[in-house]
Amino acid sequence: MVQASLDGILLGILFALIAYGMALQWGVMNIINIAQGDLVILGGYIAYTMYLAGIHPAWGVIVSPIIMYFVGWALYKLVINKVVDRDLFISILATFGIAIVFQQLMNFVFGADVVVAQSEYGTTMLFDNSVTLPNSKIFAAFISVIYAIGLVIYMRRSRLGRAIRATAQNARAAKILGVDTEKVYAATFGINAALCGVAGALISITLTLHPYVGLPYTVRSFMIVIVAGLGNLPAVALSGMGLGLFEEFADYILGTEFRIGAVFMLLVFILVYRRFKLSKKREYLK
Amino acid sequence: MIKQKDLILYSGLIILGLAAPFLFSAFKVQLTYLCVLIVLAMTWNLQGGEMGYNSFGNILFYGLGMYLTASVQVGMFFPLAEWTESGGEKTFVHTTAQYFQGIGVGLLVAAIVPTIVAGAIGYAILGLRGHYFAICTLGLGIAAGEIAGGIEIIGAGQGFTTPPFPAEIVDPEARGKFFYFLSFLVLILAFVFVKYIYGSRFRLILNAIRDNEDKAEAMGIQTMKYKIVGWMCSAFFCGLAGGIMGGLIGYIDSTDVAFDGREMGVFMVLMAILGGKGTLWGPIIGATLFHFFKEGLWTFILGWQYVALGVLIVVIVVYFPEGLMGWLREKYPDKFGEVIDEKDRKAQVEIK
Repeated sequence: MVQASLDGILLGILFALIAYGMALQWGVMNIINIAQGDLVILGGYIAYTMYLAGIHPAWGVIVSPIIMYFVGWALYKLVINKVVDRDLFISILATFGIAIVFQQLMNFVFGADVVVAQSEYGTTMLFDNSVTLPNSKIFAAFISVIYAIGLVIYMRRSRLGRAIRATAQNARAAKILGVDTEKVYAATFGINAALCGVAGALISITLTLHPYVGLPYTVRSFMIVIVAGLGNLPAVALSGMGLGLFEEFADYILGTEFRIGAVFMLLVFILVYRRFKLSKKREYLK
Repeated sequence: MIKQKDLILYSGLIILGLAAPFLFSAFKVQLTYLCVLIVLAMTWNLQGGEMGYNSFGNILFYGLGMYLTASVQVGMFFPLAEWTESGGEKTFVHTTAQYFQGIGVGLLVAAIVPTIVAGAIGYAILGLRGHYFAICTLGLGIAAGEIAGGIEIIGAGQGFTTPPFPAEIVDPEARGKFFYFLSFLVLILAFVFVKYIYGSRFRLILNAIRDNEDKAEAMGIQTMKYKIVGWMCSAFFCGLAGGIMGGLIGYIDSTDVAFDGREMGVFMVLMAILGGKGTLWGPIIGATLFHFFKEGLWTFILGWQYVALGVLIVVIVVYFPEGLMGWLREKYPDKFGEVIDEKDRKAQVEIK
């Protein structure tokens, strides 16, 4: 039980990082990115490639976001800029298409095997060896917190951060006041992809990578965002941990084969719960 | 009253449909696929295009129908658990009568149960709007696949072999013909049904819900009731289509065949959008084009087909969101019975 709770909390911090990226682009660009999880996995494969090349995969948390920033930027210039102002369903379908392309390309390049980059950080034993805690998980949670705090400070202080927040509040007004919204959008998508890159690099050393496991990460971050709301960082962190806990316990109680199923069912339940709660006030999820 | 021009068109198409398996004898399986795809696209369009509720989750009903048909077909005569455990074929053999009885009852169940399921979950799920609905149904479809992959009695992860076509029928063409005509029958059924809806008040209500649900409700339409009925119509045909495909493929896997959100689930949305959402003929044309494209291209770009599929989705969605019929309508509005005042068109100023 303690094992599952600790695992869940550490994992949840990682999920929260991905969800933060999703909240950012959702809030700023009004886009739901189904390819979010695939960006995460791609970031993970970057770290894995470094590991194969003989470099310690932990350096991936610095290299991977830099590469992913440009991937995100290119993606924006190629596809996303054409769907920003359109119906949300269009963006969902378009990013779904991107997700399929990414999955398949990763399948070609890295193969369909489950891989993991060994960090060789060892494990910590707690409570008379009854709880084993891989150090890599602690490392992952620590790095996630650092990146999240760094990003919050960046968004508050820097010029680009302020431009992003202004665009999120009112894109039109920001445009009138001289903000190059096109650039802001590209940067936002890039930052989101970079966050995915960090998370992916961390996942490559703590969990496993496989070309087709992207979608669960998308769903997890989507869930965290709808529970926590846009741009509420403490709530994102908390609901991330909550989700991590739920998952570990679902794994523990129902068995591993139902783990992903449980995640998707939780999504349905959360949406339906919120819908019934709002319908009492004659409102609906917007 | 059917106009004479339409009558010629319909009878021509029916004759073509009936003659197709004899004309293109080698492509019977492909033709069956085509019929099923058209049915899926047409019924997805009913709620995705007409009602504006873009579902990624109709694959749920499709998979449900597939499992139900096979389970009923086996379970009526033999113990289901032992069948799946033995992999089917060796221990139990269906006689000809048993096979057809089984598939008949199975298809009936496969049509009714998903409809009931759609009605039961409809009240909860259809309260979500727009993209929340889309994501929720996406989750539902994938969750169903994952859960079905964990249930022992229907074969869990290792799959479920559907009963083989009775060996007593020696004609090697019989199996292909049987499934083709079955799917063609369902196609005609679906077309007549959708055509009927297109001429009814029900369609206008669905369109009102799509265009502005709040106003529709304010006009006194019980939107929830109609939304659920709309979804149930889709579910009915999805279940039937799934049942036929299960029998045709002969093997059911939880995530790759039945709840195949990555292929079928996307195809039905894509086909409807390709042809044009919210039109009667759009999904039919879209499905036909898509099928030809897929079959023509898939073999040449083996291994790259999913990349091509992804690119295709992006291109269609980004550049042709109105689809083929929408494009034609823009180009030749008078053919669609729209009258455009030239003066008015010139006077329009685009506001951004």
